[in-house]
Amino acid sequence: MSDERRWIGRSAPRTEDGRLLTGNALFVDDVDLSGTLHVSFVRSDLPSAYVRGIDPSAAHAHPGVAAVYLAEDLGDLCRPGPVLVPPPPIAGAEFHARTPLPLARDVVRYQGEPLAIVVARDRYVAEDAAALIDVDLEPRDAVVDLATALDEDAPRVHDDLESNQAAYVRQTKGDYERARAEADAVIARRFRYDRGVAAAIENRGIVAAWDPRADRLRVWDTTQAPIPIRAALAGALGLSEAQVRVIAPFIGGGFGPKIMFYGEEILIPWIAMQLGRPIKWIEDRYENFFATTQEREQIHDAELAVAGDGRILGVRDRFLHDTGAYDPYGLTVPINSQCTLLGPYRVPAYESEFRVAFTNKPIVTPVRGAGRQHGVFVMERLLDMAARELGLDRVDIRTINLLDPDEFPHDHEILYQDSAPLTYDSGDYRPVLDEAVRLSGYAEFERDRARAAADGKRIGLGIVSYVEGTGIGPYEGARITVEPTGAVRASTGVGTQGQGHFTAFAQVVADAIGVDPSEVRVVTGDTSEFHWGTGTFASRGAVVAGNAFHAAAEAVREKILTHASAALEVARDDLELVDGRARVRGAPDVSVGLGELAARANPLRGAVVPGTEPGLEATSYFGPERGSTANGVHAVVVEVDPDTAMVTILRYVVVHDCGTVINPMIVEGQIHGGVALGIGNAFFEELVFDELGGMSNASFMDYLLPTATDVPPIETAHRETPSPLNPLGTKGVGEAGAIPVAAAFAQAVEDALRDVAPELEILEMPLSPGRLFELLRETRDPARAPGDAT
Amino acid sequence: MNEVPVTARINGEEWSGRVEPRLLLSDFLRGTLGLTGTHVGCEHGVCGACTVRFDGDPVRACLMFAVQIDGHVVETVEGLTPDIEGGVAAASDLHPIQRAFHEAHALQCGFCTPGILMTIAAFLETTPDPSEAEIRSALAGHLCRCTGYHNIVIAVRRAADLSRGDPTAVADEDTGP
Repeated sequence: MSDERRWIGRSAPRTEDGRLLTGNALFVDDVDLSGTLHVSFVRSDLPSAYVRGIDPSAAHAHPGVAAVYLAEDLGDLCRPGPVLVPPPPIAGAEFHARTPLPLARDVVRYQGEPLAIVVARDRYVAEDAAALIDVDLEPRDAVVDLATALDEDAPRVHDDLESNQAAYVRQTKGDYERARAEADAVIARRFRYDRGVAAAIENRGIVAAWDPRADRLRVWDTTQAPIPIRAALAGALGLSEAQVRVIAPFIGGGFGPKIMFYGEEILIPWIAMQLGRPIKWIEDRYENFFATTQEREQIHDAELAVAGDGRILGVRDRFLHDTGAYDPYGLTVPINSQCTLLGPYRVPAYESEFRVAFTNKPIVTPVRGAGRQHGVFVMERLLDMAARELGLDRVDIRTINLLDPDEFPHDHEILYQDSAPLTYDSGDYRPVLDEAVRLSGYAEFERDRARAAADGKRIGLGIVSYVEGTGIGPYEGARITVEPTGAVRASTGVGTQGQGHFTAFAQVVADAIGVDPSEVRVVTGDTSEFHWGTGTFASRGAVVAGNAFHAAAEAVREKILTHASAALEVARDDLELVDGRARVRGAPDVSVGLGELAARANPLRGAVVPGTEPGLEATSYFGPERGSTANGVHAVVVEVDPDTAMVTILRYVVVHDCGTVINPMIVEGQIHGGVALGIGNAFFEELVFDELGGMSNASFMDYLLPTATDVPPIETAHRETPSPLNPLGTKGVGEAGAIPVAAAFAQAVEDALRDVAPELEILEMPLSPGRLFELLRETRDPARAPGDAT
Repeated sequence: MNEVPVTARINGEEWSGRVEPRLLLSDFLRGTLGLTGTHVGCEHGVCGACTVRFDGDPVRACLMFAVQIDGHVVETVEGLTPDIEGGVAAASDLHPIQRAFHEAHALQCGFCTPGILMTIAAFLETTPDPSEAEIRSALAGHLCRCTGYHNIVIAVRRAADLSRGDPTAVADEDTGP
């Protein structure tokens, strides 16, 4: 092991910032190859229709157009895409895979589904010509409303299926019926939780160039998963993987949807090969609202069986999940909801089943949080309502149910998204909750509330918990090379979208081989640098790739010590690695530089001991047996104006435990951003579909993201319970901030209005001021409530 | 299409040429001039990623045509560090606002950052000692999906101190990018 952790745990400034701040970072749209042609897609305006005919002749004739392609022009390429994530092997589960064609042929199933491609000398001309393509669509009835999507008389999204049911999964633990019979109270509610778009500020984009002389394809892609993309491209285009280089350069935010494998990612390289010219497609913001995957609604009918002292006896949840028109990402999102619902609590009996419905809406795949927040919302709301019914304190009902440190590993007896058992590896939940109680001023809050009330203000506090399964397998790898100049090169296959990987991975390497992180040149997401791995998702970069770097760095350290021992003629144990040199402990003047050792390790003449590997280089892999579980508590204080329903966030507190922290500054940044996304989810962001399935707010004018005046300062505190599942002890944190925000917000708003509207129950998200105003009016005057809600 | 002659001062240098009337300023800067530090996020004037300075004022380059800069002065993010010829900047090369953003971890993916830098450069000239509320208001025309704005607010405050030569704002010396 290395001498000490000098860099891990330190807020090292980011090595990638210089390029980003000066405009010198390469994003996909910055790739500018000579002779590039530009692409515009023709997409369906209707969510559900038969394609009766497409006439591209006017586009063909338009000056500057190089090619137009319809589905019929694609040959073998026009086949359904892969199921990217096969469902876990859950007994009795039903799953109907339906994945989209690169271009729709006979039927369109969501608004924005691509129908034709125009290739032209520039994007302006391509868009002009795309507008000339005559598309004849015959509207079909659309499936829009999730609640009725599985009704027998609902129109079918896929004609070959007996219903719109895409999947059914049931997982159970213990005996819920018995728990229910023994309960002092059973809290049953229906919850609706809607999600919106990920809205990375950079839209998707692809640049592809085929070099016929080298027989090689280069693809720059805004992907979170360059290596799987390379494999898929090679397979689809009949190339060897070695002929395809996929580069995910700087990516302007990912948040989930850039993990998908999209039809565009096949089409653009294919066109580059067809035409022998570089091809560029950059999604525009309007397209992004339809063509990039998103998350959406779930409807939960859930109940909590609880003892009079607040102990959870069991939970039953039956929910519907909207997957949109296709389900290429398997069951990841609803399984995350199912598994994350359990939270940090002891739940002896759990009965959870879900049905996934196809609808005529854009495709659903993970967005930061990936369904986990739906589960947390249901559980935390049930606890709030149980506390109210039983007359218990909100924090007490949580405290009494927290798993204790001696209950780990804790097996929940169901399967998680990675097909491994949902077993929490470690945790120490009570101090996290206590710290959040302290920082949020929960104990003194009644005093604050009274003071505010004296000023005519209504304030409320929400405090909720979550556990997040992070850092799942299968594996990632890393290679580290010390060059003869002393420079250190480190590469991995995961892509990076702003998480500070360049710096955090450099810190891991720096500690192992005694260099400064600024001297470690990290490369991510370029298959020519590293071609094994899966991608950046499920809060796993620091866990899985981080530990691969750790393993590779330890292996390089061993090689350094071996060569240094020979060079300095001292025992290995007497050496230490400091400031880029191997030196003798207690005699720092006796030393040798890493660069010199690298040169020694790669002799150009002479003989080596048989079996010697050249260079100071190592490649290592890390694959955990299952994911590590992080946890945290969020507390929020809000002020609500009962007349206008305007909500102002006064304070936001996050106490979290993601195991060993490599870089606290980066971790806090991840949390800030996650919370902001969660605030958007709770307050502002909602995709609005009309009854025909058309999206009504596909622009940043109408779909509101939180701005600097909406997001408050965020107070954070860390605790570290290292994971026993990996040598660094890390757990993921990328999604954590986004997960419990809506649950905290709902509790806080109810709390603020408890004297004004004691009957108010917030059972849905998002909750815009307009919707809260309606709810308040209905609560105060039940006659105003719509019939089906009473 | 009939091209129109344009002469403008861009990042301190005069540029003359002909452009299509419908060419957006954002596409002109990125495509014609290769100034790809200006990013395009929404093309309808909301996200602010494409913000540049036009006669000193922050403007959305996606809401202007290139022909509109004829006779005017434009500054892009590349203009903040005129002495850097591509590649990696040392901390000492950075503009005080960039340095503050680096030190405060006010960027993650960095896509929205150039536009924010241009807005803040103009903001601090008119508001050299801003309050937090003023800073948040100045940032409200920009969307950032990564940072939650928390560290951006801190960075703008630090940039104000650095720009005014407040020595207490100088951070540790081990902050080289």
